[in-house]
Amino acid sequence: MNTFSDSATTALALIAGADPQLLSIVVRSLAVSASACLLACGAGLLLGAWLGVARFAGRGAVLTVLNTLLALPSVVVGLVVYLLLSRSGPLGFLGWLFSFHAMVLAQAILVLPVVTALTRQVVEDVDRDSGEQLRSLGAGPWLRSWLLAWDERYALLTVVIAAFGRAISEVGAVMIVGGNIDGFTRVMTTTIALETSKGDLPLALALGIVLLAVVLALNALIALVRRWRVGRDDRPLLMEGAPA
Amino acid sequence: MQLKAVDVRFGAVAALQGIDLRVAPGERLALIGANGSGKSTLLRVLHGLIGPSAGSVLRDTAMRQAMLFQRPYMLRTSALNNIALALWIRGDRWRRAREQARLALARVGLGEVAQRNARALSGGQQQRLALARAWSLEPDVLLLDEPTASLDPHAKREVEALMAQFAQAGMTLVFASHNLGQVKRLATRVVYLEHGRVLADLPVHEFFNGPRLGETSREADLFVKGELA
Repeated sequence: MNTFSDSATTALALIAGADPQLLSIVVRSLAVSASACLLACGAGLLLGAWLGVARFAGRGAVLTVLNTLLALPSVVVGLVVYLLLSRSGPLGFLGWLFSFHAMVLAQAILVLPVVTALTRQVVEDVDRDSGEQLRSLGAGPWLRSWLLAWDERYALLTVVIAAFGRAISEVGAVMIVGGNIDGFTRVMTTTIALETSKGDLPLALALGIVLLAVVLALNALIALVRRWRVGRDDRPLLMEGAPA
Repeated sequence: MQLKAVDVRFGAVAALQGIDLRVAPGERLALIGANGSGKSTLLRVLHGLIGPSAGSVLRDTAMRQAMLFQRPYMLRTSALNNIALALWIRGDRWRRAREQARLALARVGLGEVAQRNARALSGGQQQRLALARAWSLEPDVLLLDEPTASLDPHAKREVEALMAQFAQAGMTLVFASHNLGQVKRLATRVVYLEHGRVLADLPVHEFFNGPRLGETSREADLFVKGELA
């Protein structure tokens, strides 16, 4: 047996045996990324929907900055959040550095542009096609953005799932602001990096398998949502003969 | 409702040029012309969705308007909620809006599909739903942008019948159409547009039986013969 097969066998045994250390890391990772997504989606969906319908001077520049932030390197986010939360930083009084909160904040900042930009695109597309009809009913920009975002909820669910995928697979920012403290701020990606460098491959591999499974489950969920959405109510418009 | 010397430009393109138009209460005004002649733009100016680049639009502030589009946009919710939402946007309370929506659906013969997802309805049903939504807003003027263009003959007749009923009830109708038969059946007055200008503005019988429009424009002649419609 070579190193890989030995490691793989041990990794599968860790997963099958629900190893407590493995479980605690997985649960912490899911909690950090879910909390970050909740924060980012709360703000990003609102802001993105509004940007999708609002027209103001400088909008083009705002969208350019927003699209640039899509490629924001996670280590840069980690560095900025580190500086903000460090004892001498403007948010140092919170005492969040190397904590769960710091990791949530870093991931939320990382994911916010993704949610905002994708939501903006979805809402702007539908507003271009049909927003005029809502305007004709008297809906102003805020109400229109809400109605269109709600109407595109299945597409936006895909955005939320994609954002969660980006958050949970991120390593640089949480490593810097979380510190990878065992039993406290150690998450899947930081553990994989650490254990691989130490040569403890079974735990790293087990977490890698779980991480892949989570990403796979998210993709399957996206596909299911799309299929359900098409089957449910996206039949072509103006099609005669549909069952009454 | 009156337009005085209205121009609308989209960049370098002049969509409407020097439009003078007055719509009287109770009138059934048909806007006709080839694609790109400015019918839809004119309807949007009348409804306030597009502002004029020059000239002025005079509207009685007490007058209520609604507009029906060629492809009505329905939210992903029930037929009932689609109407109720329009009333709620207008300022009605949600419960009252739902009651009014039920009446409107019954008015256009869609009472049985009240709870069905509006997007799952057929094209004809969606257009009737859009008419119910417009009717529920109790407009004095109803603007319609080619309301039967994408419908089969049966659905066309249903929509036309509703338009005729609304007109009979005293509603002013302004509609864009390529269908000359429909114009003859529904309109009392015809405005013919070509390249953003009004070429003819006549009572319907004069438009179809009076001096040939072809003497003014070859394109108009072809249109009235049905070769451009």
